[in-house]
Amino acid sequence: MELRQLDAIDRTVSLGEAGKGFRGRVVCLLPLPGSGRLAPEEMERRLIEMGFIEGVEVSVIHEGPFGRDPIAVRVGGSTVALRRRDAMAILTE
Amino acid sequence: MKDVAAATGERETRIALIGAPNCGKTSLFNAMTGANQRVGNYSGVTVERKIGMAATPGGERLAIVDLPGTHSLRARSPDEMVTRDIILGVRRDAGEIDLMMVVIDATHLRPGLRLAQELGRIGLPLLVVVNMIDIARHRGIEIDLGLLSRDLGLPVVASTAVRKAGMEALWTQLDAMIGSGLPARGEMGWSEPSAADLRALLREADRMIAHAVTVPERRRSATERVDAVVMHPVAGPVILLAIMFLMFQAVFAGATPLMDALAAAVDGVAVAAAAILPDGLIQGLVVDGAIAGVGSVIVFLPQILILFAFILILEDLGYMARAAFLMDRIMGVAGLHGRAFIPLLSSFACAIPGIMSARVIDDRKDRLTTILIAPLMTCSARIPVYVLLIGAFVPARTIGFGIGLQGLVMFGLYAAGIVAALAVAFAGRMMFRRHEIAAPLMLDLPDYKLPQLRGVVLGLWQRGQAFLRRAGTIIFTASLVIWVLSTFPFAPAGAEGPAINYSFAAMIGHLLSPILSPIGFTWEICVALVPGMAAREVAVAGLSTVYAIQGGGDGALALALARHWSLATGVSLIVWYIFAPQCLSTLAVIRRETGSARWMWIATGYMFALAYAASFLAYHAVLAIGG
Repeated sequence: MELRQLDAIDRTVSLGEAGKGFRGRVVCLLPLPGSGRLAPEEMERRLIEMGFIEGVEVSVIHEGPFGRDPIAVRVGGSTVALRRRDAMAILTE
Repeated sequence: MKDVAAATGERETRIALIGAPNCGKTSLFNAMTGANQRVGNYSGVTVERKIGMAATPGGERLAIVDLPGTHSLRARSPDEMVTRDIILGVRRDAGEIDLMMVVIDATHLRPGLRLAQELGRIGLPLLVVVNMIDIARHRGIEIDLGLLSRDLGLPVVASTAVRKAGMEALWTQLDAMIGSGLPARGEMGWSEPSAADLRALLREADRMIAHAVTVPERRRSATERVDAVVMHPVAGPVILLAIMFLMFQAVFAGATPLMDALAAAVDGVAVAAAAILPDGLIQGLVVDGAIAGVGSVIVFLPQILILFAFILILEDLGYMARAAFLMDRIMGVAGLHGRAFIPLLSSFACAIPGIMSARVIDDRKDRLTTILIAPLMTCSARIPVYVLLIGAFVPARTIGFGIGLQGLVMFGLYAAGIVAALAVAFAGRMMFRRHEIAAPLMLDLPDYKLPQLRGVVLGLWQRGQAFLRRAGTIIFTASLVIWVLSTFPFAPAGAEGPAINYSFAAMIGHLLSPILSPIGFTWEICVALVPGMAAREVAVAGLSTVYAIQGGGDGALALALARHWSLATGVSLIVWYIFAPQCLSTLAVIRRETGSARWMWIATGYMFALAYAASFLAYHAVLAIGG
């Protein structure tokens, strides 16, 4: 069971690394402590409020003009702009 | 029941309007109340309070409170805190709420349905309004309102705020609910949701959508087609620049006739007042103090309105979020959000609205940084000063390709303001927040919508009013103080030179002179800087008083300046104006928006220090190359 979960995490792609045109499904939200100004729990809540939830389909539809950052993500009928650093917390497959 | 209420003059039903940002809440509010709105501030916080009055077809009187947009009741910003406190009944300055209306965008039901479930636990009656139903239908989205209502356990109506007919169902429902008597506030079952709670609510929302909504096969929407160009990595920034260029053209060229007309009107009032009032102190006070001071600021009203028209239209269109997206990386270098772009853009007209629109930034420190650097953007009050000084010290010749040297210097001054603002933000970050990680950017990119004329006009009207109110209070007072300083004491009989040379202003000027002479300022400049504290452009009037230029316009003054000052002094003063905090009302607004005098003094201090250092360098550089 645990092994299978680890396996699943192995196959995931973080949304922060996804290029334009990427399509996938959210596996889990994993904000790491110290990776942003907000506490992981708060970051997780904000991501859920923007519509990111396990199982939802996401696609990267635009990239920022400088350094391909931030990204515009289509999620559950809305479009959300995120910085790649913050999108790292969203694991997809 | 209803008749009794009307007969006894019982108070109106208070409705709180709640919704996520961009759900069409404000256009619904405007459709319900018309222009019958009162805009103010909630006490103790700088959050806009909007209350509108309305009457239902059934004759019920309503007071509708348009609460700041919120994603949830978790209250992450001052705006959202006000929303929560009013709904929970903690804050009473919008009155006791009888009924909540949650507005949901029919094309984006998800966030709204989650919020509606959260609100359902408050214990107040709740009506769900699915707004913009026409757009959803047009896209082939079918929503079974009956099913949705059963799933939510709440009454649900659909509305189209932009059409009168689209409001009927809502009015009928309100009459029915109020007519049958609204239950009093019940037991509160709300507590701050954890991540797990939010997840469960969102899952439930997704389940309801799957149950009650049919979405057609996805095809490319108009928004996506527009975004393919507007958000393009190359075309996007070009379009943004083009829009900004257009905006500045409109602000500076388009407003000129209106500003001239206003200036003429102010002159007319001054002449009329001078004719009515007897010569002497009272006339001086009214004409030179009050009318000249307030008038010099009121002439900027057309520019501010044009700029705000652009900003309101771009905001309503949904473009501002795209601009923030495109600019995020550049702002990020200075440690700021893409969102900070909007306040800084507004500051080109005037730092005051710019500082006020920094409220859209939810991170406190980022908002503070934006407020502190906004006055460095070249506001329109600097233009008269720049025009005068450039005219006096920069030769009017072309440098080829039809580019005039004077215009180029003007452009350089604008660029210097932008670079200085970003550099200050960057320096601040390096000094105080070096190890801090940037606050997350989470920006909803809404679908494009055609702006509603009514909303834009209303917004302009409210902003224009706010500007005039300020001109009538802070600037009025400052003008009077400065008039007193430059009038008293009188010049002794038989004295030579203009009377201002004997006044308190002159004394202050002489006092400042040793401090400012290292940067090349003559004592006359120091005297002119004193009235210039009220508003930058007043310094022009100050200089013409000091040099006793009567009539002849700016041309004569420019000639006089070129004769009296060295090139180095002229350049030094131009540089001074890029940085110096010469505007009392901006400082007052910083104080109000940050809620403390401390930040006002910090802004004043750093800007004077920068101005002094930069002018010192410029003065000595020009001297060194033989200016």
